[in-house]
Amino acid sequence: MSKAVVFRGARVVDPASGRDETADVRIEGEQITDIGKISTNHAEEIDCAGLILAPGFVDLHAHLREPGREDAETVATGTRAAARGGYTAVCAMANTDPVADSAAIVEQVVALGRAAGLADVYPVGAISVGLQGEQLAELGEMATSSARVNFFSDDGKCVQSAGLMRRALEYARAFDAVIANHAEEGALASGGHMNEGEVSSILGIAGIPAEAEEVILARDLALAKLTGARLHVPHVSTAGTVELIRAAKARGVRVTAEATPHHLALTDDLVSGYDPVYKVAPPLRTRDDVDAVRKGLADGTIDCVATDHAPHPPEDKEREFDLAPCGMLNLETALGVVVTELLDPGLLGWLRLIEAMSTAPARARGLDGHGGPIAPGTPANLVVFDPATAWIVEPEKLASKSKNTPFAGRTLKGKVVHTMLRGRFTVREGSDADGQR
Amino acid sequence: MIRHLLSIKDLDPEGIERVLATAATFQADGPRIMRKYPTLRGKTVVNLFYEASTRTRTSFELAAKRLSADVVNFSVSGSAVEKGESLKDTAQTIEAMGVDAIVIRHSSSGAPNRLAGWVSASVINAGDGMHEHPTQALLDLYTIRQHFGSFSGLRVAIVGDIAHSRVARSNVWGLQMMGADVTLVGPPTLLPPRVEGWGVETTADIEAVLPKADVVYLLRMQLERGTGATVPTLREYSRLWGLDAARATLLKDEALIMHPGPMNRGVEITADAAELPRSVITDQVANGVAVRMALLYLMLGGRDAREEVPVE
Repeated sequence: MSKAVVFRGARVVDPASGRDETADVRIEGEQITDIGKISTNHAEEIDCAGLILAPGFVDLHAHLREPGREDAETVATGTRAAARGGYTAVCAMANTDPVADSAAIVEQVVALGRAAGLADVYPVGAISVGLQGEQLAELGEMATSSARVNFFSDDGKCVQSAGLMRRALEYARAFDAVIANHAEEGALASGGHMNEGEVSSILGIAGIPAEAEEVILARDLALAKLTGARLHVPHVSTAGTVELIRAAKARGVRVTAEATPHHLALTDDLVSGYDPVYKVAPPLRTRDDVDAVRKGLADGTIDCVATDHAPHPPEDKEREFDLAPCGMLNLETALGVVVTELLDPGLLGWLRLIEAMSTAPARARGLDGHGGPIAPGTPANLVVFDPATAWIVEPEKLASKSKNTPFAGRTLKGKVVHTMLRGRFTVREGSDADGQR
Repeated sequence: MIRHLLSIKDLDPEGIERVLATAATFQADGPRIMRKYPTLRGKTVVNLFYEASTRTRTSFELAAKRLSADVVNFSVSGSAVEKGESLKDTAQTIEAMGVDAIVIRHSSSGAPNRLAGWVSASVINAGDGMHEHPTQALLDLYTIRQHFGSFSGLRVAIVGDIAHSRVARSNVWGLQMMGADVTLVGPPTLLPPRVEGWGVETTADIEAVLPKADVVYLLRMQLERGTGATVPTLREYSRLWGLDAARATLLKDEALIMHPGPMNRGVEITADAAELPRSVITDQVANGVAVRMALLYLMLGGRDAREEVPVE
């Protein structure tokens, strides 16, 4: 039995219990055993004055690239990046090679996550066989496998067929699973590489209009209502999408939504230098869209922040803009971006920020043991971070195998000090920890 | 002078004037330049063409040779972009050989911008995707100035597929910089998204525009098929927006007809319209050599146009 730990004097922000107050938190073994004003009593004491202690972050949307693109990322390097970013749970997207459309693949991903031991890895299963959008994958087999997949997505490929989307939603109800669809109407988006707008027009890059996202989302919301199934909207990027979700929630549609750090912080004018580090799907939009997405996240229309962490090796990104793949790193910078871009300007407070980073995504996928509450008898999945210290994003220092961060050189506030997965440190004093204590 | 020419916007009006004035000096003895100048002796210019091009590549090659530069043509077929060496590796290979300028034509918008970040040589954009074709705009400006002397208050109508045209973009910015008024003509499917921000007038009615225009500039029309098609048929396009001799009678006496070539005769312009005296399409080609000489001279020779052009 490892020694008990007391986090002393942290500001404990725990949306699940509504707690936002200075307290001590005691950890023994894998669990939280006490919270309040507590004596050290045979425990190692860790001074947390000035720091925030919260439930470990939960990412509903990350690309860990294994199996298939281990040159870009592995489950081990991706979860190392996650731990550094304060995450204790990461959902691994299905667009691996082979595609995560069978029990064998999703179980392998879980096993790789366990072996690394740096975050709980929850695979996202494919909706359709091979992400081809033609035939339903064996959702039931994945759901009843040891990986217990309850969240399905064809990832970057939108389910174009309304018929298949309806069947997926209906069928998923048998397992109370969630269907997440990348909303992008194929013909409207065809050939596009960035947001369609003033910037794309001048750059001569074919654009993807906001409406490509909105027409599919409007359809999917209607189908979610028809089927009574649970729909999740990944990476909301437009003001119109925020409005559609707001209206659907008011009608009682079972929908949750996520926003990425880059859609909360970056605009399409960054593409002006043609650097594909700013190429992402859905594309960076306009200032009006960013403002609407921020407001949507602040007021809860958008439930949570998800990273869409998408590593690509330099040879894939150092190309012509239209030939480069989409995607950006985010796991290590998400907290800093949200603190700097939303909390600092006063758009949301700490309780809502932690809810969006942890409690809400854990609830959206029903991940027991993550997202709080921070209470005796619950697993010690925690993050402790410094809300005030500024740091500069240096790509070469990131844990991810790839370096394609759009935030390189930016100064962010909010730096992880400790991350703890079931009582074991994965990050300690700002340094990688091997899970020992 | 500028180090790279990636967009016409890399030049200011004064810089454009300097290029045009220098080109005029080269043409002092006539539109076709027969003389060879020693100015760029010892300099190397690479033509890096990822898209087939006869006129632009030949024009750059002649321009460089007339200035005594060594010219290397590095042609790459379209498929090599997908399968072969990356642009960055090619750039570094060429760079290692020691060259002074790279003239690049590429199907990807922004490829010259990327290239400029990877090499120390000057990069000249010879047309990139749907982005820009700044030397085309310079030779068009030169041709317009030959006839009108200045740009202030001139009305230029650009007709056709503006959305997909790098020629249109460079010309719009260049003409605006020099004080001309630009009207874009075509169906809304051929206009760029959010064109409101461009500071131009737009219309679908060519016959309303022609009587007021000093220049009508016809763009090459290409047919896309299927649901993404921008016009139903080329026949309909030709009837509604093409220029034939009859429609050309709507033009003012002194108005010019221009086209960047190669022409689709019978689509955006008929043969009889292209051969009207007011058509300056072959002048554009001849002027291309002089303008590219001027640009290479100013960018690589580092001399000012106000100095006399050295004569062998």
